[in-house]
Amino acid sequence: MITIDAKDIDYKTLNARIRQEIRKGEKNIHLQNVSGHRYIGDGIQGNDISIHIEGVPGEDMAAFMDGPKIIVENNAQDGVGNTMNDGKVIIHGLAGDVLGYGMRGGRLYVKGDVGYRVGIHMKGYMDKIPVMVIGGKAGNFFGEYMAGGLLILLGLNSKDSHRPVVGDYCATGMHGGIIYIRGKIEEHKLGKEVKHFPLEKQDEFTLKPILSDFCKEMRENYDVFDFSQYSKIIPVSKRPYGRMYVY
Amino acid sequence: MGKFGLFTEPWVKSPYSERDSAACGLIGFINKDRKRVSGSIIKKGISNQHDRGNGLGGGFAAYGIYPDYQDLYSFHLMYDSKDDAEAAEDILHNRLKVHHQEIIPHRATKMISDHPFFKRYFAEPDPSVSQNGANLEDYIVSVVMEINTKADGAFVVSSGKNMGAFKGVGFPEDIADFFQMEEYEGYIWTAHNRFPTNTPGWWGGAHPFTLLDRSIVHNGEISSFGINKRYLETKGYICTLMTDTEVVTYLLDLLLRKNNLSYELAFSALAPPFWKDIDFMNEEDKIKYTLLRSVYAGAALNGPFAFLFGFGGGLIGINDRVKLRPLIVGTKGESVFMSSEEASIREICPDVEDCFAPQAGEPVIVYLNGNGQII
Repeated sequence: MITIDAKDIDYKTLNARIRQEIRKGEKNIHLQNVSGHRYIGDGIQGNDISIHIEGVPGEDMAAFMDGPKIIVENNAQDGVGNTMNDGKVIIHGLAGDVLGYGMRGGRLYVKGDVGYRVGIHMKGYMDKIPVMVIGGKAGNFFGEYMAGGLLILLGLNSKDSHRPVVGDYCATGMHGGIIYIRGKIEEHKLGKEVKHFPLEKQDEFTLKPILSDFCKEMRENYDVFDFSQYSKIIPVSKRPYGRMYVY
Repeated sequence: MGKFGLFTEPWVKSPYSERDSAACGLIGFINKDRKRVSGSIIKKGISNQHDRGNGLGGGFAAYGIYPDYQDLYSFHLMYDSKDDAEAAEDILHNRLKVHHQEIIPHRATKMISDHPFFKRYFAEPDPSVSQNGANLEDYIVSVVMEINTKADGAFVVSSGKNMGAFKGVGFPEDIADFFQMEEYEGYIWTAHNRFPTNTPGWWGGAHPFTLLDRSIVHNGEISSFGINKRYLETKGYICTLMTDTEVVTYLLDLLLRKNNLSYELAFSALAPPFWKDIDFMNEEDKIKYTLLRSVYAGAALNGPFAFLFGFGGGLIGINDRVKLRPLIVGTKGESVFMSSEEASIREICPDVEDCFAPQAGEPVIVYLNGNGQII
């Protein structure tokens, strides 16, 4: 294991150092005093690499990441997991806007609330299924243009009891994948392309191991296995815009 | 337009000129008990967001910095050259009683060597002005507009009581060094790191934009700028600073000072609820917001934004209605921080108690405790 102190160094230097250590064969990297450093973990490959972050990482962490595991002990900012291909990101706090944009594999777990435009255009192929689990609540445009993968919103741990569990324009433009929401959904806030349904046995079968893994990574025993509390949102048309140029 | 006007060369070249993906940074601070902090603290916060700008603008607004002159209007003026001061000073001396004036202290730094000439004036209207029935604030605004339009090469950077704005072309940490910000102590601060996208990067185009004691720092683009500008012209405000953010300052002056709207309503006019959401409201709110949107259609701002609005009585932060820019609020005791990035808040307050992101279009309003000095 190696510890890198990010204090007073800029993000380019920090990321160059991280890549250098990985080239040398280092598998376990501990970062201290991270304060807004951008692009941590971006483009890094390897299934046995782990990066542990103390402090608040900056924008666009784990973009294009392919395999490693990143653990953030506090809050993260915007843009986490952009086009992430594989690996695991665990955030023991809040995260910001535009998480998992175009995510295509791997897992992203956030303990608390997230911001706006989370899970836009997540996509899957064969057995490559990206999974995002959010412990708290999410803002508008959740799962916009989703094309594959799983988005799971638990509505626990929220700082704001007044907010609904998910915001407006949820799943607008969705045409693939599944969104599972634990909590009350307001019909008029969903995109026109989707409908919500109660869960079936197959859904419970899919969710159980993911939720167990989430609890394990969060080091908590959440009471989230009562599947009657959930709804699932799926597209009800394969070609939601098929009629756009007809009328 | 003089040397520091249009098409200015950036005095600081961005070290990452191959590709910048930032979009302005801002940070604000208020201590509700008026406990003053040094500018070096806010400099630390904004410089943590160095990569959000590209060196073409940095600036600060500070409140509570002139306790010895707190009842006078503090004018900060920027001149293309020393010679341009004469015309503006004629206006100031003719229209106001200037108690004290001096060059704004600054130091030449490695990053900023060529710069406009800055002076400050502590002044008030002659008593006869109010005796004749004129509104003092309208009078000050007219002095500002006169200098901006009639005195060549001169621009008013700020015109409030017990506050001042310091800004220019450079990264904010370099502007802080240039203006010796570490020597000022204020209980409300805002700071900005500019990444201009639509308008030139020049000394007057840096943020904050101010009028009287109101200051704005802005991350975003006001795509409704043309509409807002025309609307403001019908109300007597003239935009001279070639930057979209200028309209917000004047819109708020119109809504708050001239039309006496509450802060909540004024910000609702700038970021109004969508019609489809108004449809779902109760009768009273439906009427209220329909009226607001209809009367103040010219004030609605389109485009992405996060603003920090400082004024003599407090600090307000707000996002556009679809949250296209980041904004985080943190609190510790009687201090509140608002920033584009959480890391910057923790940089200046590692033990911040509570961090959260406000909802799109909903202002976070923090008033000073007790009676704020409202201008």
